Amino acid sequence: MAATDGLNSIPALLDRNARLFGDRPAWREKEFGIWQCWTWAEGAAEIRAIALGFLALGLNRGDHVAVIGRNRPSLYWSMVAAQMCGAVPVPLYQDAVAEEMAYVLDHCGARFVVCGDQEQVDKVLEIQDRLSNVEQIIYVDKRGMRKYDHSHMNALADVEAEGKAGHYRFDAELETRIAELDYDSTCVMLYTSGTTGKPKGVVLSNRNIIETSKNSSDFDKLRPGDDVLAYLPMAWVGDFIFSVGQAMWTGFCVNCPESAATMMTDLREIGPTYFFAPPRVFEGQLTQVMIRMEDAGRLKKRMFDHYMAVARRVGPAILDGKPVSTADRLAYWIGDKLVYGPLKNTLGFSRVRVGYTAGEAIGPEIFDFYRSLGINLKQLYGQTEASVFITQQPDGQVRSDTVGVPSPGVEVRIAENGEVFYRSPGTFMSYYKNPESTASTKDAEGWVATGDAGFFEEATGHLRIIDRAKDVGKMADGSLFAPKYVENKLKFYPNILEAVVFGNGRDRCTAFINIDLTAVGNWAERNNIAYSSYQELAGHPRVYEAIKAHVEEVNRSVAEDPMLSGCQVHRFCILHKELDADDGEMTRTRKVRRNIIEQKYADLIAGLYDGADSVYTETEVTYEDGRKGAIRATVRMMDAATVAGQRRAA
Amino acid sequence: MNAMNPEGYVTADGRKIGGVLMEMKNITLRFGGVKAITDISFDIREGEIRAIIGPNGAGKSSMLNVISGFYVPQEGEVWFHGKKRAPMKPYQVAQQGIARTFQNIALFEGMSVLDNIMTGRLTLMKSGLMDQAMWWGRAQREETEHREKVEKIIDFLEIQHIRKTPVGRLPYGLKKRVELARALAAEPKLLLLDEPMAGMNVEEKEDMCRFILDVNDEFGTTITLIEHDMGVVMDLSDRVVVMDYGKKIGDGPPDEVRSNPDVINAYLGVSHD
Repeated sequence: MAATDGLNSIPALLDRNARLFGDRPAWREKEFGIWQCWTWAEGAAEIRAIALGFLALGLNRGDHVAVIGRNRPSLYWSMVAAQMCGAVPVPLYQDAVAEEMAYVLDHCGARFVVCGDQEQVDKVLEIQDRLSNVEQIIYVDKRGMRKYDHSHMNALADVEAEGKAGHYRFDAELETRIAELDYDSTCVMLYTSGTTGKPKGVVLSNRNIIETSKNSSDFDKLRPGDDVLAYLPMAWVGDFIFSVGQAMWTGFCVNCPESAATMMTDLREIGPTYFFAPPRVFEGQLTQVMIRMEDAGRLKKRMFDHYMAVARRVGPAILDGKPVSTADRLAYWIGDKLVYGPLKNTLGFSRVRVGYTAGEAIGPEIFDFYRSLGINLKQLYGQTEASVFITQQPDGQVRSDTVGVPSPGVEVRIAENGEVFYRSPGTFMSYYKNPESTASTKDAEGWVATGDAGFFEEATGHLRIIDRAKDVGKMADGSLFAPKYVENKLKFYPNILEAVVFGNGRDRCTAFINIDLTAVGNWAERNNIAYSSYQELAGHPRVYEAIKAHVEEVNRSVAEDPMLSGCQVHRFCILHKELDADDGEMTRTRKVRRNIIEQKYADLIAGLYDGADSVYTETEVTYEDGRKGAIRATVRMMDAATVAGQRRAA
Repeated sequence: MNAMNPEGYVTADGRKIGGVLMEMKNITLRFGGVKAITDISFDIREGEIRAIIGPNGAGKSSMLNVISGFYVPQEGEVWFHGKKRAPMKPYQVAQQGIARTFQNIALFEGMSVLDNIMTGRLTLMKSGLMDQAMWWGRAQREETEHREKVEKIIDFLEIQHIRKTPVGRLPYGLKKRVELARALAAEPKLLLLDEPMAGMNVEEKEDMCRFILDVNDEFGTTITLIEHDMGVVMDLSDRVVVMDYGKKIGDGPPDEVRSNPDVINAYLGVSHD
């Protein structure tokens, strides 16, 4: 493809960077309290020496080289060195226990394993007698390694030294191997984390990685001189794209923290311009800020509260370049000098131009907090099989409830059942040694099933992910039924602890509600409402009124999505008991078991659909000591107002 | 293994133990009328991990103080590096190449971890008061050199994340590690550890064991330690001295000491009938 000018492998990009940006920083690692730095030229020399050393050790074309350890330049170099030799790097999760590691090492048949330190070497040795394939263990950190049997073990520094010493013997061979790399040769193999079943090895080609890196770098205008902090697991596809793919494509600098425990300090020192973190990192930082503000003096606290209110009001609009009055701009400017600037500096976000979060839903208030400070935090949606990017949010079109528009070069379509499919230059080649799974995931035309259900907003063209596809059903009239989408909206109210929405195959939706005894009890006390039990409070008319208001509010919000407007809750009841894992109604991780609830409360569901005012029911309960008992109750059914669909004119 | 061979011996895990580094000959230490140590002799070999055990009040810490030169015994001789050691002034004690940690942590609570460890290098610094005050030339160069050494120790003991934290804010287990770091910063020939595991949980103990073994392995430092946790002592040490009421009641490799009837009596008591 002309777009990449023959730069069709990572080693080719490295070579270009060494020529173009030779004296610019390419890798930094904090060690001995100082940021050590390697320029592109220095790094390229190191990588070449490692590759020569690998050849001296007998690395063959097509071999797999497992890489295990925390993010360090030398491990990134080992991966590129392996590619130069025509081998395939396979980064593994460093916190995996030996057993999990055994499966992957056996499955990929790695002959060489590069370990970060003694801990990882020990794990490999523990399982080595079962793995006939592992021939060479190479380690980076020499500490504690002196007493090990070194007949099949080498320090990376020694491998490098040997490569340098023997370069006359191996130079020609290495050049041949590099020249053999093309756009379709395998770039890297990454194992999916395997929450369902055994991990699968996702084979990604140079085309996948380079095209994706190019497109996504263009999308966010990444450039040489940008800095990223490489702290997420090397086995994760995101790290490979950010710290290898995009870094190589644009020539920006990858910074490795000193240790996992110093990540926050290192983040502050580096001040990355391009940053990725899962929602929990942002949540953690926000909690820290809030706790520390509680301890601050009164003046500071008032200043913080005042200017944060200003930021919440106008910050996101200013960030998105929307019109904002001069007075507000001035207030925000003062706030930036007094509060936002220093705060961003403390968090290490002073220089962030592009920030991403993904992986799970981020709370809107957390998302808005960072955006109101002027940090360009965005969301993306992706998976390993897509080389990360499926959709992402363009600058100026950022919201907490969408995952953005299809990334450049990516086609997305929504199947009949709501499942999201994509096709892109980043679409993986295959699952390693698993043609059945490959065939069931990727069809002949290259469309890949994500397993997630979603839809495009008509007005904005943004994708919204609503649920896992297997939970999504159809209403009687054929419209989409996505229970979790509605339940999540309901559970957003503090008064509602749990909600179960029914309606699959029916003409309208109904819901069971569990109130949150702490929140509602608190409210009852303040309003002088006497109650003696959960059951009594749950049946109280004023509680019903409050919950009804919540349900109707959710209905209005659901109605705004034409696709999902059928999911509005027409009738609901507040259950007379809390859903409980002891009764089998929920899993131990508090996920509702829809089928069991549907059977157990069939009489109540019937009542919701046949228009009865109330239903008398007896429910078996299991006490903590295992005895069984029964709760008798008359449960009220209540109608909730709904909004007619298609209210929003385009 | 032959612990009596004057040329040294090789341990079960293949470590080479050298000749005698320090020899205690018939040491007796009295505080007024109280005899803390009575006529004790033993040696410490180069590269060895040597444990001193015994019930409370057996005189272990006093023994450690005799080794360090802090106490001067009334009777007996201390031979160090093949020379008989004369009574020393405090600065000489500090300069002889013996560093220690304390049973009750003795760090500067208000100072950062880094500064605390830097104090360990004080005896190795050459620039004078004026140089230091002017902070120019030699003093500056010297600080850089010493900082580098200290950073290697910080890396070695995995305490990078608390480098700038005041010691007072650290949990107990980490303080112990910082104390070890400070002792190591002095680049000692002989490292004395007074109950390095006291008050630690199992995980902290395991970490500390690993660090002690790594120090011995990596720097070749000779280590003498007092410890009550028998599991730790038996796992770590090459040879063990057992004391009771100021007397030596056993000396030898852990297995030998464990089966010594006098040692069992001292630890478990004897029936007096």
